[in-house]
This record gives sequence, C-alpha cells and structure tokens, in this order.
Amino acid sequence: MQAQPASGTTPPVLSLRGISKSFPGVRALNGVQLDLFPGQVTALIGENGAGKSTIVKILTGIYQPDEGSIAIDGRPVQFPTAQAAGDAGVTAIHQETVLFDELTVAENIFIGHAPRTRLGLIDWAAMEAEARRLLTSIGANLDPKVRLRDLGIASKHLVAIARALSIDARVVIMDEPTAALSHKEIHELYELVETLKAQGKAILFISHKFDEIFRIADRWTVFRDGQFIAEGHITDVTEGQLVQMMVGRSVDQIYPKRPARIGNPVLTVSGYCHPTEFEDIGFTLHEGEILGFYGLVGAGRSEVMQALFGITKPSKGACRIGNDIRVIRSTAQAVEAGIVYVPEDRGKQGAVKGLPIFQNVTLPSLSRTSKGGFLRLSEEFRLARDYTQRLDLRAASLDQDVGLLSGGNQQKVVIAKWLATRPRVIILDEPTKGIDIGSKAAVHDFMSELAAQGLAVIMVSSEIPEVLGMSDRVIVMREGRIAAEFAGDAMTPENLVRAAVGIEEGEAA
Amino acid sequence: MTTAPQATGRQIPDRLMSPTRRALKSWEMLLFVVAVGIFVANSLASPYFLDPWNLSDASFNFTEKALIAFAMAMLIIAGEIDLSVASIIALASTAMGAAMIAGAPVPVLVAVGLGTGVLCGAFNGLLVARFGLPSIVVTIGTMSLFRGLSYIALGDGAYTGYPAGFGWFGQGYVWWVFSFELVLFALFAVVFYVLLHRTNFGRAVYVIGNNATAARFSGIRVDRIRFMLFVLTGLMSGIAAVCLTSRLGSTRPSIAMGWELEAVTMVVLGGVSILGGSGSIPGVVIAALVMGLVTFGLGLLNVPGIVMSIIIGALLIGVIALPRLWRMLRK
Repeated sequence: MQAQPASGTTPPVLSLRGISKSFPGVRALNGVQLDLFPGQVTALIGENGAGKSTIVKILTGIYQPDEGSIAIDGRPVQFPTAQAAGDAGVTAIHQETVLFDELTVAENIFIGHAPRTRLGLIDWAAMEAEARRLLTSIGANLDPKVRLRDLGIASKHLVAIARALSIDARVVIMDEPTAALSHKEIHELYELVETLKAQGKAILFISHKFDEIFRIADRWTVFRDGQFIAEGHITDVTEGQLVQMMVGRSVDQIYPKRPARIGNPVLTVSGYCHPTEFEDIGFTLHEGEILGFYGLVGAGRSEVMQALFGITKPSKGACRIGNDIRVIRSTAQAVEAGIVYVPEDRGKQGAVKGLPIFQNVTLPSLSRTSKGGFLRLSEEFRLARDYTQRLDLRAASLDQDVGLLSGGNQQKVVIAKWLATRPRVIILDEPTKGIDIGSKAAVHDFMSELAAQGLAVIMVSSEIPEVLGMSDRVIVMREGRIAAEFAGDAMTPENLVRAAVGIEEGEAA
Repeated sequence: MTTAPQATGRQIPDRLMSPTRRALKSWEMLLFVVAVGIFVANSLASPYFLDPWNLSDASFNFTEKALIAFAMAMLIIAGEIDLSVASIIALASTAMGAAMIAGAPVPVLVAVGLGTGVLCGAFNGLLVARFGLPSIVVTIGTMSLFRGLSYIALGDGAYTGYPAGFGWFGQGYVWWVFSFELVLFALFAVVFYVLLHRTNFGRAVYVIGNNATAARFSGIRVDRIRFMLFVLTGLMSGIAAVCLTSRLGSTRPSIAMGWELEAVTMVVLGGVSILGGSGSIPGVVIAALVMGLVTFGLGLLNVPGIVMSIIIGALLIGVIALPRLWRMLRK
C-alpha cells in the first residue's frame, strides 16, 4: 500500500450520514455527517459539548445512534457492541487510553483476539513474537513481557497504537492523543501518524491544538452544538475561519484582561514549608489583583495552593487574611476564611458526579441556604439559578446530573459553587485546561470581571500566553521554591521560562 | 432547543420532572407494589393473616433489624459498611446481663446497652475515619472481636432473670395492637427520613458517597461525618440490643447471629446502591415491611426456616434484577 495524496476521487472508507443521538434533556448529535478517507487524517474540530466524544462512542459501538446510517466501503453496517466495531476494523486511542495496567504489553495488544494453539489455549510464543513485530513496525522499542504499569504514558500510547494495528484496523480514531505527552513524544507520535497514513489507514484526529491540526491533518470537519457545520481540505482553510466556525462568532480578543484597580493586601503568606513539596513560600495578594503562578509540572504550585486551602497541612509558616493571622488546618476553615480553590482535576476533586447541578452549586453554601441544619430547597434553587446564569451555564435543568455535562460546563458549575460562597480569594488551578476556545474565553472574561469587582485571584497555569495575558503579576516556582517574580515589562515569555528551568540571567540561553 | 451561542444568562429550568412524577416512577414505588402484592397473596393464602394481633406479632420479625438497617442505609450511602452490628448486639446484651447480675435497675440496664453500642460504633469509626482503614475489613474484624468478648464472658452459659420492668421494651404495647417496638420503628423511620433527606448532614452523606475527594475539596468534614455515622450505627445496634434482650428475656453469646446480613439485605432491597451514593429511607422502610410480610406469610403456611431464607434470597435477587430484565425485554 502507499500513501494517497489528498484526492477527492477516492471513496471514503467510513461514512456517517444523518447521525442523531439524544440523552435525557440533551440532544448530543443532530443529523451529523462524517467521512474518513484511506491514507488521510481528518481532524474533527469543535468546542467541548459539540458532540465529538459522542461520535467517537458511536463509532466504537459504545453508544447506539437514534437515527442515521454508518457505511464502510459503501455498505451499511451497525455497531451494536464494541466487539462489532473492532471486527469491522474501527479502533480508538482515547484520551485516557483504556488499557490494563496489571497485564503485560503483549497481553494488552492481543486481549480479546490472542493467537491460539490447536488445543484452544493461548499461544504465548506466537503472541510475544507478533507483539514484538508490531512494536518494531511503529518504531517502539518495548519489551512485550513488561507489565503496563511500569511504562510511561507515551509508551502506553504506543501500546494502544500497536493494539490498533494488531486487529488490522482500517479506521483509527485518535482522541486528543497528545494531551499528556511531552514535546519529544509528540513528534514521535506525528511520525507514527505518517506511518499509519502510508499504510492506508483512515485516521480521525481529535484535538484542541491548532498547530497540531495544521501539522498533520489532510482534511477537517467542524461540529458545533451537535450539528455538522462544514468540512474540507486543510489547505483551503485558515485558523481564523476554523475558530469562527467552531464558536459561531469571531473570537476577536483572546485575553480580555481589564486594567485592574489594585487595592489593599488580602492574603499574606510567609514562610510556608512542607516536608517534601515546597519550602519558604511567601507572597502577598491584593484586592482586584490576578496573580499568576507559572512553573514546570511538578514545581509544587498545586501543592502550595492545596496547603492554602487546607487539603494538606504546612509544616511551618503562617498566613494572614485581612487582619487575622490564621493557620488553616482544614478546607472548612479555608472556606470560612474566604479562600476557595477550583482544582485542576475537575472530575475527581471538583464536580460531584451523580448529584444534580443545584446540589453541587450549594454544597459549600449550605449553611446559608439552610435553616437550623435543615435544607431549604427553594433557597438552594434560588442560589443555583443566580450563579449558573452569571456563568452562562448550558444545561437542561438544574436538577440534571453534573456528570452529564461537558467538561467546560462542569468547570462552570465548580466555579459557580465557589463564587456562591462570596470568597475573598479565589484560586484557579489550570482553569482552562482541556476546555475549548469558546469556554476558555468565557472563563477568562469572567476572571477579569471578578478581579474588577475587587476579588483577589490566584491563577495557576502552565500556558505562557494565558499567564502573560491574564496576570497583573507572575510568580515563577521551581522545585518547590519561588524562583522569581515579574511584573510589568519584565513579564516576557523568555523571563518566565528561564526562571522556571533555572537559567540565570547572563548564562548561555 | 438550546443552541444559540450568543445569548447569555439564559434561564435554566429548576426541574424537568416534578418530584411527584419522579416518586411515581421510582424504585420505592415498584417495591411498594410488590409489598401490596405480597399482602394480598398472604391474605388469600391463609385465613389467619388479616388478624390485627397476628400482624402485630409478625412485626417483631423486622422491627429490631430495621432499626439497624436505617443507620446501615446511611453508612452504605456514604460508601461505608458495618458488618459488626450483630456482634455489637451480642456485646451490648452481655454487658446488660452483667449489669443485671450486679443488681442494676432498669434505666441503668438501658444506659449500659446503648452506651456499649455507642462505644463499639466509636471504635469502628475511629479505625475507619482516623486511621483510614477500609470499613469492610475493620468491621469483619470487630465482628469477631465483639462477639468473641461476649463468648469469653458467657461461654456456654446465659444471663437470665431480667427484672420484670425490663420486659416492656420488647414485649410491651403502647396502645391496642401497637407494640413499643412497632412505635419505635415508626418513630425512627421518621427521624431517619428527616435526617437523611431534609438536613445538611444527610446531604453531606450523599456527597461523600458519590465523591469523597470532591467532598473534602468542598469543605465537608468527611472524616467527622464518617465517624458520626459509625457511632449512630452503634447506637441503633444498642437500641436493637435492648429490644431484643427484653423480648427474649435472656442473653446468650449467639444472640442475633447473622443479623448483619439481614440488615444489609433490607438496605439493598430498599434500593440503596451497595456502591454508595444513592438510596432512600422510604425504600428501606418498605423493604423491611416486605421482608416481614414474606417471613410471616410463609410462617403461617408452615414453611421451614431454611426454605424461608432461600425464598428471601431469591426475592432479593428477583427484585434487584426486575428493572434490568424489564429494560432488556422492552428492547
């Protein structure tokens, strides 16, 4: 087989027409179409909630469409189970790749379709040899006998890809495959995509990163609010046009930072230490200020914030809130003192999936909505209505399970929950990680509005444009210590990176 | 529908389904229909069933176990479990017996029973909430421990000869056919309903059961609530111990053997998810009635005890599987 240059005459391998899917109260997909061509990468682009994950689940047999047809090589097919999708040659590499940590690399690759001996037992020798061959073919130097839990995330992706090849997949779905990868690993992945293209696979590539889309995609398809908007060749479109199609309006200003009126100190932290995570942290935060915290992953930023919020206890140090010196020993005390924390890990630490939206919003404010320890539902709904509207939440009803919302909307619920406590300090840990451009802009906009109203904001972020675009001042952390602080003209990408990796001024850059 | 992306501050409705409609489509409703069905079947099968005094006698089948099941339901909703409840009854009953031998009056006996329950619950709670041990392991351990202490104290013997006034808790009647235990059952059904469904404490129980990490990140004192739930379960076991000891008029170390599983059965039959996070007190109340009615009805038909437990087991699996089967058949 050989690579097919972009050509309009090749018929698609996989073709979806008029696909609709509804969940209670939500129309996730409304008559969408999608074509995947052999030897080509099609980028599927859309905001969170546009229906990308739903289409992936339909293609892999996890969801059944309510309406519409799926065709492979022009013949209609159905995927009632994940097995059926696999048999038809469709395979997916997910955001959180579904593999088994306790099994070996070879077992993971061949689970469900292991080679058998004549007696019907698993042919281990053949399995290992075949696994080794597949791994080599994608340039992965991994031992098939190693247990998966001993591998890094990038290697796990390679195993997932080898698995995709082992079932002789014709359609490979990559759902944000680079989200957890380092720079070098991303480039290796790009090479791999080229290899897969050369083998004639049709690839569906889902990503939020435009540089990556323009780097490897041949075609694009845009969904918005569960509807098909447009498709075409990547060479015929610009980044701006794609963004406009995604959000249905032009995002003219990405960082809507307003000039802040910086007031009195609200929070003064001094000498905060932790036995293993951080040392001698001290800073002052003012009313109306957005203070950025930049650093490499593992620099201890989240750990400091979680100590301020009472999740972990500092071994030394004090913090002053307004005029009171306090030691915060529990999250309940932090909330009482007016410090709230929007965590990075929304799914685990933020939203309580399984409970309705309004109960999530009122959770830390129950003492206000209740009377004498007894719930008052009308008060809860009033509070939830108020704050979800301010954040422009999109949901079918306030009684809906938070787990059914898209990532961006879950984040809005978590932010609403904390604003409802009327805090003095709000700490946002990677507030826009993994959410789409439209929701990102909404979060940024709201952040500056809060600061303008006098709230003190701490924003932990690993994205330099975001840190520079939103912050009045930036603290850079390295290896658990404050490495530098920048304000005004000194806030440049170069200065931030130097401080984060530890290159002193004047050393060779 | 809601697609216009420009509109801001749109109004989101509070609810799409009214609470009444939701209640009609609930698990509790299905269980209630089952209960009515069993009631009708029983009254057709035996002429003695519809006698008020017989029904009143039958209520002793479930009242004591249900008292434990109420607290157990809250524990299981919070994602924990207590398998030591029956052993707490044994230890509490033994402690009461020892106090009785020492000549303690009735109020002191009751206080000893409840106090032992609270202490046992606090011990479980401490190990789970303070030291972070898994509750299923801790309470399997204390299940042997508490009953073991009772065996050491009593061996093959028994405490008998409780004072006359003590008998009222398990044998007395408040009015007409309404026994003290039945009134206690109704009272605690209301108390636990309010506690779980109408208070901040109850809300925290659901939150912890659904996502304990997010609960902690929301300022809920997760460990304190877990501890309190174990103490509450211990207290309810203590109350059950007072009632049961009073009704039997004696204490043996084998008292209430196997009740922990019956309490858990009641809770699960009542629609509480064994994984935590969902369930309700009305469900547990109806489940208690269902189990009581089945046991009593089969007793009237002279079905032996072993067969009865087979039927209860089949009932549990049947009722749990019913909604799933229903959905599969409709497809």
